[in-house]
Amino acid sequence: MSDTIVTHPLVDGAVGPGCKKVDPIVVADGVTRTFGGLTAVDVAHVEIPRHAITALIGPNGAGKTTFFNLLTGFDKPNTGEWSFEGHSLARVPAFRVARKGMVRTFQLTKSLGRLSVLQNMLLGATKQPGENAFTALIKPLWSKREQAITSKAEELLARFKLLEKSEDYAASLSGGQRKLLEMARALMSDPVLIMLDEPMAGVNPALTQSLLGHIKQLKAEGMSVLFVEHDMHMVRHISDWVIVMAEGKVVAEGPPDQVMNDPAVIDAYLGAHHDSDLGDMTGVNPVIEAKERAAEHAAKKEGAI
Amino acid sequence: MDWGQILNTAAGELLSPVTAAYALAAIGIGVHFGYAGLLNFGQAGFMAIGAYGFVVPTLLFDFPVWAAFLTSIAASVLFAFLLGIPTLRLRADYLAIVTIASAEIVRYIVSTTGLTDVTGGAAGLSGFNGGFNALNPFADGIYGFGPWTYTENQLWIRVVGWSLVAIASVLVFLLMRSPWGRVVKGIREDEDAVRSLGKNVYAYKMQALVLGGVFGSLAGVIYVLPRAVQPANYGTTLTFFIWTMLLLGGAATIWGPIVGAMIFAALLTLSDGILRGLISADIVTFISGTQAGQIRFMIIGVVLMLLVIFRPQGIFGNKKELSFNV
Repeated sequence: MSDTIVTHPLVDGAVGPGCKKVDPIVVADGVTRTFGGLTAVDVAHVEIPRHAITALIGPNGAGKTTFFNLLTGFDKPNTGEWSFEGHSLARVPAFRVARKGMVRTFQLTKSLGRLSVLQNMLLGATKQPGENAFTALIKPLWSKREQAITSKAEELLARFKLLEKSEDYAASLSGGQRKLLEMARALMSDPVLIMLDEPMAGVNPALTQSLLGHIKQLKAEGMSVLFVEHDMHMVRHISDWVIVMAEGKVVAEGPPDQVMNDPAVIDAYLGAHHDSDLGDMTGVNPVIEAKERAAEHAAKKEGAI
Repeated sequence: MDWGQILNTAAGELLSPVTAAYALAAIGIGVHFGYAGLLNFGQAGFMAIGAYGFVVPTLLFDFPVWAAFLTSIAASVLFAFLLGIPTLRLRADYLAIVTIASAEIVRYIVSTTGLTDVTGGAAGLSGFNGGFNALNPFADGIYGFGPWTYTENQLWIRVVGWSLVAIASVLVFLLMRSPWGRVVKGIREDEDAVRSLGKNVYAYKMQALVLGGVFGSLAGVIYVLPRAVQPANYGTTLTFFIWTMLLLGGAATIWGPIVGAMIFAALLTLSDGILRGLISADIVTFISGTQAGQIRFMIIGVVLMLLVIFRPQGIFGNKKELSFNV
C-alpha cells in the first residue's frame, strides 16, 4: 500500500496485517503449528474485532481451518498464546473453549444423524442439570430446564425454518438444512463469538441468501462472527473485516473493498479472475469454437458429396 | 426322540441364571455400543473380573455376600478406568483392540499356575455359594410348574439374577431418556460435534464404559453363583455370544438385550437337543454327538451374519435409526 496511513473505525492505529483493534475479542500471538516439515500456521499477531463479522480468507492450504482448529482447542499448537475476552485459551480443551462462549461449526457438517432435529438442538444448550449421570436419574431435577431449553430450541428452529422437521432424524435433512441446523444448534448456548467454518460450502444459492441473512442477524443480536469462506461475493457482501491468510501467515487485513483491491492479494491469493463470474463469461471460448468449426467442416464435406 | 423333553429344556433355559447373566452382559454392551458407540469386544473380561472379584474375596477373606458384590463392582470400575484412560481419547477402533486383548490377558492371568492359591488356576474355584444360599428367603421345597420347576436355591438365584436385569434395564431407561443419554447418543453420532457444544466427551465416554462394565461384572457374578468359576468360560466366544444376543434384540433398545439373550439361550439349547435327538434316533448318522455341539456354533455364526445383513436393527431396533447413512 502507499505511504498514506489508512485508518478504520475498528482499528486502533494504522490498518495492516496484525493491526491492533479498538475492541478485540480474540488476540493471538505467535501461534505456530507444524505437520512434520510443513508449517501450516505461523501467525505472528492477529486480533479479531468484537461485534463485527470477520472473514478469514485465503487460498487452499493457507492454514485457515487449522488456525480455526487451534483457536477452538480441536488441535494443539507447537507454540503460541491467545486469549478470548481477556482469558488465555491456549491449550484449553475444546469443550471448555465452547463453554466460555466461543462456539464453532464445521466445514463438513456434523449433524447428529440418528438424533432428532430437536434433540440436536437441545444438545447445544448449556447448564443442564440432567447431563450429570446422577441427577439424570430423577426427572423432576431436570425437567424444568428441559422445558426452558425446548421452547428456546423451538423458537430458533422456527427462525431457521426447521420447526416442522423437529421430530425428524437429522440424517433426513438436506445438506443445506444441516448447515442451518448446525448454526441454530450453536446458538443454543448463547455464544459470544460464533465461528463458522465455510458456512456456504455446498449450499444452493437460494439457501445462501437466507444463511447470509441469519449471519447478519447474529451480529445484530450482539454476537461477534468469524467465518472461513471461499465465496468472494459473500465475503464482500456481509463482512465488516477481512483477514487474508496465505502459507500460514496473515498477509493482509482490512475492510473488504480495500483488501480485495489490494493488488498483491488479488494476484497471489484470489487469482487474476477473482472478479469475473465463471458462469457469466462472455469472451471467446476455445472449446466451443473448436466444436463449431468441426461441425461446419463436416457439413461442408457432406455438401460436397 | 423326545420332543417334549427337548422343548422343556429349551423353555427352562429362558429363565435360567445363565440367561440372566447373558442379558445383563448384553445390557452392558448395549450401553457401550448401542448408546455410546464404544466398541467393547472384551465383555468376557469384565465378566471374569466380576466373577473373580466376587469369588476370591469370599474364599480367601471370608467376605460376606454384600461385600463380595462390592469388590466385584469395584474391580470392574478399576478395570474400566484401566482400559479407558489410554484409549478413550483415541479413535473408537483402539478401544476395540485394547478390550479384546485385555479380556484375554485377564483370562490368562487367572489361569496361570503361579496364582493357583488365589484363583485356582485352570481348574477354577468352587464352594463359594454357601453365603449366597444362606441368604435365601424361600423355604425348602419345590416351586413353579412345567419347565420352570425349581428348588428353593434355584429359585433364589433366578430371582436375584432377573431382579438385577430389571434394575439394570430401568437404570438404562432412566438414563437414556435424560439429557445425559442425549449427550451419550450424540457422542455415538459424532464426538467432535458434541465437543464443540461444550460437553466433556472423554468424561461421558468413561462414565458409559464404567456403567456397562459394572453390568458386565454383575453378569459374571450371576453366571458363576449356581456353579464354579472356570477360566475357560471367559474366552472371546463368550463376548461374541453376547454381541450376537445384543444385535439379535436390537442394540440401542431396552428390551433388545433381554429378549435377545432369551432367544439365543433357548435356540442354543433347542438346536443342541434336536441335533442330539436326531443322532440318537439314527436319523442323522454322519455326525457324532461331539460334532453336534460344534455344529450349533456354526449355525449361530451363520445366523449372526444373516442378522447383520437382513435385519441390522435387530428385533426391537428402529429401522429408521439404522437405515440412514450419515
